[in-house]
Amino acid sequence: MSAPGGLVEQLPVLLVVVPLGAAALVAALGHWTPRLVADAVAVLVAAVASAGAAWLVVEAGGGRVVTWLSGWSPGVLGGTGGTGSSGGTGGHESVGIVLVADRTAAMLVLAAGVLVLAGLLFSWRYLEETSATYHALMLLFLAALSGFALAGDLFDAFVWFELMGAAAYALAGMRVEEPRSIFAAVELGVVNTLGASLTLVGITLLYARTGELALAYVGERLRAQPADALVGFAFALLVVGALVKAAVVPFHFWTADAEAAAPTPVCAVLSGAMVSMGVYAVARWWRVAFDGVLPHATVEHLLMVLGAVTALVGAVMCVYQRHVKRLLAYSTISHMGVAMLGVGLLDEHGTAAAVAYLLGHACTKGPLFLGSGVLLNRYGTVDEHALFGQGRGRWLTGSVFVLGGLGLAGLPALGLWWGKATLEHALSVAGAPWAVAVVVAAGALTSGSVLRLTARVFLGLGADPRARGEGEEPEEPEEAEEPEEAEEPEEPEEPEPVGYRTIALMVAPAWLLLAAGAALALVPWVHRAGATAGAVFADRQGYVDAVLHPDRPHAGLVGHEETVWTGSGLALAGLTLVLALLVAAAALWAPRLRAWPPGRVAARAVRPVVGGLHQVHRADLPEQVAWLLAGAAVLAVVVGR
Amino acid sequence: MLSWLPYAVAGWIFLVGCYGLVTSRHLVHTVVCLNVVQSSTYLLLLAVGWTRGGTAPIFADIGRSRSVTDPVVQAMTLTDIVVGAAVTALLLALTVQIAKRRGTVDPRALRSFEQESEE
Repeated sequence: MSAPGGLVEQLPVLLVVVPLGAAALVAALGHWTPRLVADAVAVLVAAVASAGAAWLVVEAGGGRVVTWLSGWSPGVLGGTGGTGSSGGTGGHESVGIVLVADRTAAMLVLAAGVLVLAGLLFSWRYLEETSATYHALMLLFLAALSGFALAGDLFDAFVWFELMGAAAYALAGMRVEEPRSIFAAVELGVVNTLGASLTLVGITLLYARTGELALAYVGERLRAQPADALVGFAFALLVVGALVKAAVVPFHFWTADAEAAAPTPVCAVLSGAMVSMGVYAVARWWRVAFDGVLPHATVEHLLMVLGAVTALVGAVMCVYQRHVKRLLAYSTISHMGVAMLGVGLLDEHGTAAAVAYLLGHACTKGPLFLGSGVLLNRYGTVDEHALFGQGRGRWLTGSVFVLGGLGLAGLPALGLWWGKATLEHALSVAGAPWAVAVVVAAGALTSGSVLRLTARVFLGLGADPRARGEGEEPEEPEEAEEPEEAEEPEEPEEPEPVGYRTIALMVAPAWLLLAAGAALALVPWVHRAGATAGAVFADRQGYVDAVLHPDRPHAGLVGHEETVWTGSGLALAGLTLVLALLVAAAALWAPRLRAWPPGRVAARAVRPVVGGLHQVHRADLPEQVAWLLAGAAVLAVVVGR
Repeated sequence: MLSWLPYAVAGWIFLVGCYGLVTSRHLVHTVVCLNVVQSSTYLLLLAVGWTRGGTAPIFADIGRSRSVTDPVVQAMTLTDIVVGAAVTALLLALTVQIAKRRGTVDPRALRSFEQESEE
């Protein structure tokens, strides 16, 4: 269904073109205009793009806004393709590029816009000495994220995918906050580009089989004949790139380094928007092109297992981190695993819940990253031990951590509540109670970690970790740090104290995101809109018809709204919170706990697991590539069988 | 006859590039290996679009009925080359920065600081 009115139909195009054009403009004029101009233009464009995306969320309604670029719709060539259904490269139905905006895509564009806006507002005071290149790259990042979410064509999606990556590599490397991690941008670049190459091979194989690139056509052609190993192989390669972006184990190693090193506002966008796009891509590609073609059960099991492993590995690594930004990065990995569980259900409710979870996560993790930026700006470090008790009474920043930490547990009225409650419901209805346990565990461990660091930094609770050392296991590995690590760590931030007003200006965007999260959790219209979005997303035939037969009438769908405020949802949120508090308390008083015999037994029991995970996560770049290739091979074998 | 050859070569180039990435001891080498991996996708794309007896898809001086190679994959290959070049340039620029700051470009020496940030 194309909505009436020319402007609405052009809205998806504008959402890409406006930030892209503004990026070029800011980059070109940046040398001659003062910093304030770049700030103002970038903030204005991000705000306009967010407003446009919000409008698209409303306009898309229960249908889709379909736009063929430059009017190259399928009919234009007068049906040159002939029958073409036998495959091969002979018959193209269309050579145009199509953008398909349904409500889910529009909501993700909106999230990206709001995160970029918050990031730009934050950097106004945070990145005091930066050039307009930064602003241009942020807008480019936004354009690529929007283009990817709206693309209805596989190769178009690939180009946005790479452009999104390129903007991320440049942003992560432009101003390294953790000098020891200067390498992170290269790691991010190599691993993501390799993943994208595998995706391109998958796209090429699909093109060879179907002769089409538009997702709707690919789906139709694939369904016209029985699937063979080639289709399964193509699917596996296609999703590898998306899983790399989604930080799914074992493709996740880049995340912790990149989000420790990148400028903090960039981290908020990386972990709120870019990573989400990977999860979204898996869901979209499966639903439109492969649903009904590949064996449902195999893919379901594969994605559920990947999701559960990611959720648990990320959560455990999160608990054992003292670098605040790395901790948040591991928590991002964990939550992406949880969202992947929803996608793995491969049904309407699971996907809708996963998207709600992604949006809530963006509104919770974003503020936490911005808060860690304030800590870095104020104290010159984000090491939890060094920050012990430093933040006493600084509740302007502390409140962000408290609300963000509680939010990660999915507490009612905070960002993740809507997504977590609907996801738990969808999982238990689908008969996967173990997955509900995984969701609760991931929430409890990640939330507990943030609450622990909040208690240490802002309350000075627990044993002073700086005084520790006698209870420490002599766990020094044989390969000691190389001597060149002794390089002078240059402080990227001015350590001198900054004024209250400056801090308030940096905390304000975090509060903006928290407020957006509260809106997600509380406004009934949002929940209705989300249910409809899920129904439209799951409607494969509707997607195909909207692209291929725009003249065919299509009734707008209305989703079946799940009640968010259920007793079981509240009970699970309460359980998650209690467990999170226990995790936090156990970590705060770990030395005392270890002196207690059962505590000692427990500590001894977890040590090999945690030690093994640590060992794996020290992977250098060649090892990360090896993990990626091994993961891709396993995927190809499982799906292509 | 030998229609599988381009696919086999593309697969071979892909594997060679991956082998290089996994065994790399120098970041410039890493970036070039990444380029090798990307080149395998160019070859794969062109192989998919190839038609026996086909000519270049420029219709100005040939009849409409002539068989031509697929222009879509050629456009994709060009786009891919452009994207690849941009990424390579970016990664090499970052490598220069790393060499300046760290004095080494061995990816094994440039470990992340995971170990120091364990709780």
